[in-house]
Amino acid sequence: MIDVLYFAWVRERIGVPKEQVETGAATVGDLVEELKGREERYEAAFADLSALRVATDQELTDFDAPLAGVREVAFFPPMTGG
Amino acid sequence: MADGARRAGTRIQAEPFDLGLEANAFAAAQTGAGAIVTFTGVVRDVASGDLAVMEIEHYPGMTEKAVEAFRAEAVARFKLADALVIHRYGPLAPHEPIMMVATAARHRADAFAGAEYLMDWLKSRAPFWKKEVSGQGADWVAARDADESALERW
Repeated sequence: MIDVLYFAWVRERIGVPKEQVETGAATVGDLVEELKGREERYEAAFADLSALRVATDQELTDFDAPLAGVREVAFFPPMTGG
Repeated sequence: MADGARRAGTRIQAEPFDLGLEANAFAAAQTGAGAIVTFTGVVRDVASGDLAVMEIEHYPGMTEKAVEAFRAEAVARFKLADALVIHRYGPLAPHEPIMMVATAARHRADAFAGAEYLMDWLKSRAPFWKKEVSGQGADWVAARDADESALERW
């Protein structure tokens, strides 16, 4: 089981801030494909990956990143702090 | 927080902060510095002039770690005597302070550069997201290409 978190408009499109996902995905990108196959709302949130950022265990990474040993994956739009 | 417990570092908080109090406390603790720079970001109204609230979402846990890492890097890279970052989240009214940075260094060039470095990284790499709620509806603020490319100079 892996914790999957969503923020900002990604959270709004998917409808929950956090969920636990049972997955055998090897990479972040594989997990995205798996989720997109589940329901329309994931398809809507992950339609354009260039508009998304991802973190594994609270470190920014990319969609090729491996999921082995990862406890938490987060998806969100580009950040707008400051 | 009692005045005695106030110290430089990273603070991610919902509560408002007092810019004058923070700047004075930070400055008072810098005995070896010759230059102190402070920057404050405030909630800007929308073009239509009817912003009701700005909602700032963040990623608890990652935010603190990321911002503290940027702060530590700024201190090391610009030989700062100290640096302070305060960033708020939650609903904010127009003109309210969102965040501040303060840097202290022996000379002003490092203090300014350290503050700019921190701002550039906070803008594009700290996990905050702004939503503007106005008479026009609710819109997530889009990241600006200029903010992303500002990182290249470091």
